[in-house]
Amino acid sequence: MEFIYYFGDVFSPLSFALLLGGTIGGLILGATPGLSPTMAVALLIPFTFQLEAVQGLILLGAAYTSTVAGGAVSAILLKIPGAPANIATTLDGHTMAKKGQGARALQLSFLASAVGGVFGVLLLIFLTPVLAQWALAFGPSHLFWLAILGVTVIGSLDSDSVVKGLLSGCIGLWLATIGFDDIMGAQRFIFHPSLGGGINIIAALIGLFAIPQVLTMFAKGRRTQGAEVIEVQKHSVSAAAGELIRNPRALTIGTITGSIIGLIPGVGGQIAGLVAYDQTKKFSPDQDKFGTGHPEGVIAAEAANNAMVGPSLVPLLTLSIPGSPTAAVLLGGLLIHGIFPGTDLFDNHPDVAWTFINSMLIGQILMCIFGLYVAGLAARVAQVPQSVMAAVVLGLSVFGAYSVQSSMGDVYVMACLGVMMFFLERFGFSAAPLVLGLILGPIAEANFIQGSMIANATDGMGPYFFGGPLNILLMVVVAASVAYSIWMELRTRKIQNTVEVQS
Amino acid sequence: MTRTQHIIPSGIIFAVGCWIAWISYTQQPAEAFLFPRLISSVFVVLAGWTFGKALMGLSRVGTGVSRTMIVNLLPGLVVALVYIFWAAKTFGFYTATTVAFFILLSLYDPAPHNEARSWIKRAVITAGFIAVMYGLFAMLLKVYTPREILF
Repeated sequence: MEFIYYFGDVFSPLSFALLLGGTIGGLILGATPGLSPTMAVALLIPFTFQLEAVQGLILLGAAYTSTVAGGAVSAILLKIPGAPANIATTLDGHTMAKKGQGARALQLSFLASAVGGVFGVLLLIFLTPVLAQWALAFGPSHLFWLAILGVTVIGSLDSDSVVKGLLSGCIGLWLATIGFDDIMGAQRFIFHPSLGGGINIIAALIGLFAIPQVLTMFAKGRRTQGAEVIEVQKHSVSAAAGELIRNPRALTIGTITGSIIGLIPGVGGQIAGLVAYDQTKKFSPDQDKFGTGHPEGVIAAEAANNAMVGPSLVPLLTLSIPGSPTAAVLLGGLLIHGIFPGTDLFDNHPDVAWTFINSMLIGQILMCIFGLYVAGLAARVAQVPQSVMAAVVLGLSVFGAYSVQSSMGDVYVMACLGVMMFFLERFGFSAAPLVLGLILGPIAEANFIQGSMIANATDGMGPYFFGGPLNILLMVVVAASVAYSIWMELRTRKIQNTVEVQS
Repeated sequence: MTRTQHIIPSGIIFAVGCWIAWISYTQQPAEAFLFPRLISSVFVVLAGWTFGKALMGLSRVGTGVSRTMIVNLLPGLVVALVYIFWAAKTFGFYTATTVAFFILLSLYDPAPHNEARSWIKRAVITAGFIAVMYGLFAMLLKVYTPREILF
């Protein structure tokens, strides 16, 4: 119950102002198609440099929470999901809006998001300290395997092709080795002076997530027509709350599914929303109504995608393994303030850890309150032409990357990585495993070297890295995640082939 | 998406993988390249697999690059690269950003190019953006940007 002692810190004037700003800003950013939660958080990191660690994290956490919920606004009113996590919301939410029930759909979506989100953060509060203590038992070999697990799980689950996902992870791991070696001081892969200090994580994150989006907007050319926004009619919030209470099945399935999926590293909100939608449909007596503007569809999808936010931070805060690409960006936000996740965070910086977690709990409630009122404005912002959006994001990216170390070298690195990622994405590669490789690379290498030294002084490399129950368990999980993804890929291909043959 | 489109990027990645592996296994001190050796070995295997699949025409994942896409992308990409790699340091951050922002807006704005009103709108958006950026980065965050011509 340690978290209760730090509740007051969230309400200090600056912290609360940041929480409020992050929530409202996040709702608007989330509603904007093309601005994913990951990209929004990555672009916000440079603004946290002048802040204290806890205040910076409050801003990033609020933005993470509310961008996921804000994505429902454009999903419902424009039929364009603000983020991949809101795809399932579009199925029934937009149909409801077309029937003149836009306000009802939005209210249900924000109320369900808040319930799911609060449950997810409570899970984070109660699971994190237990797992952080468990993490004390981890030695270098286990931490090495954990880092590899983080890369392989996201690499295999986040990509359409397992091999390309794992290859993206390898590219990230290699990029992390650029610069001077920590132990010997040797130069590694420094083929330009800008790379002398290695690749800066923040500049890389901005480049890998924001620049491909900018180039995608350019690639669409001059768009003559914007999306049509459906006008929102008035609807009683208490009636929506009553409807939510009368639909416990959708809310429970959504919340539980989202929480469980959030705990699995690499499985994002998109999967949480779709799985919850599918499961609610299966258990519902009104299966035929799904897809025709059924409130249960909106409730399940939104409860799930916000319920996964809190649990996705559990592996990050305890084991340094980000549960989602956005959590990977948050890890970057922690590291720039010199804070390392795990027991160090809870033993040496409990004020930072608990104030941040508490702010996410309060942020869920603020998101619900403001979401109901900001939705109309957010939908208008979502109509901003892509030309303006692309130019603004490019400008923010350049300023953001420069502000990290006041270095043009970081801006060059950001631009090169961004252009490279844009083209790689066209050929089935994914940014998330690459980022994970880049972030977890130094952790994997440090523990590999430390483990090698211990191994050479004791039983040798084989028994040290491949022996012991925990090492074997981690290797089995790595192998299982890859095998499962290969099976899923083959299954999808088989279904595609059958459809092609039939058509 | 053609087979050639798969072969070119996967070939480049395979070549990069081989180059990384060659450097990792030949450079000294060997201890500093222990981890890069491990990664580059896996890198080469995966890149080789991807390249082999592309050569055999078995690659399917990805949307590829179309001619229309490149035609749309190229003007914006060129302006962005000139801005980042040359103009920002030559003319100063804010001057270069103002010019690049205005050009990009004009290139991709769906509003007609022959109306004075749309040009004024673009100029106002640009001025607003630069004012916010200056306020945020120079005033609030105290970031020292490269300063040349104007500020």
